[in-house]
Amino acid sequence: MVLPEWFAEPGLNHFLVVSAVLFSLGLLAVITRRNIIMVLMGIELILNSANLNFVAFSRYGLLSLEGHMIALFVIIIAAAEAAVALAIVLNIYNRFGSVDVEQISELKE
Amino acid sequence: MDLSAVAFYVFSILIIGSAAIMVFAKNIVHSAFALMFTLAGVAAFYALLYAGFVAVTQLLVYVGGILVLILFGVMLTTRGYFEKVRTRTVALLPSSIFVAIIGALLIAVFVTTEWSKMPLEDGQVTMTGLGELLLTDFMLPFQVTGVLLLLAIIGAVLMASRARYPQQRPHPDNPGHPEGDPKGPQEPGQDPQQSADGDKGSG
Repeated sequence: MVLPEWFAEPGLNHFLVVSAVLFSLGLLAVITRRNIIMVLMGIELILNSANLNFVAFSRYGLLSLEGHMIALFVIIIAAAEAAVALAIVLNIYNRFGSVDVEQISELKE
Repeated sequence: MDLSAVAFYVFSILIIGSAAIMVFAKNIVHSAFALMFTLAGVAAFYALLYAGFVAVTQLLVYVGGILVLILFGVMLTTRGYFEKVRTRTVALLPSSIFVAIIGALLIAVFVTTEWSKMPLEDGQVTMTGLGELLLTDFMLPFQVTGVLLLLAIIGAVLMASRARYPQQRPHPDNPGHPEGDPKGPQEPGQDPQQSADGDKGSG
């Protein structure tokens, strides 16, 4: 089989490139979408790409099991963040009747 | 090309494709389901990287917890049918160019840097090491995380279940009367001011 050398065996760079693409897509979701819940989903995508970097470096780089630990803590904090953020979103929806981030520009009505 | 390489390429196509569907889908419920496939693909990547415990935690917490929470958020913040759950995108072209530049820069940095690499060793059991680390080196973060989770639960429950404001947004069918608590202690003289406040809040 004539395959290029970089195509055959996935290494550290392959995982890093996938995580960079994931980060870009998450950033695009945060910038362009106007629904708060879509912005939250973009943030989850960005956190996942960071986690993928940590685990890839703990497999291929010098970061041993600490990379796994950091990934676990990031997952836990993401869960707490999602719970609190969705409670805030519910309050915003009850107060403003909309979850569009451009219409929510007042601190106090 | 061995099996792990095939699995890598299949799952990377799955991850990037469903992430793109998540970003560009008009319907937010479709976005949430595409996010589910992305998260499951990332869990498969963790398994490919010999991080079994992190993979299982990703499946349990993200796919089982956060995604269901997001779907509940979608359902609670929409009126009516799911055909109407559409969201806007703004400034798609300039932000796409901006994000493409950032992504290209990241990939260039990742590919051209000489990372210091460890000699590869085959898969080992990580559970024992993780448990030992959690009870020795990471003892303080572990405990602080427990307190943080408790605070997040209490805060989320308090914020989500707080009593409704007396003057809220006006009801869409009847803009003069805010749908407040009708049994509330309302003085007759106070009533016009309250509906005026409700009117102001609708803009």
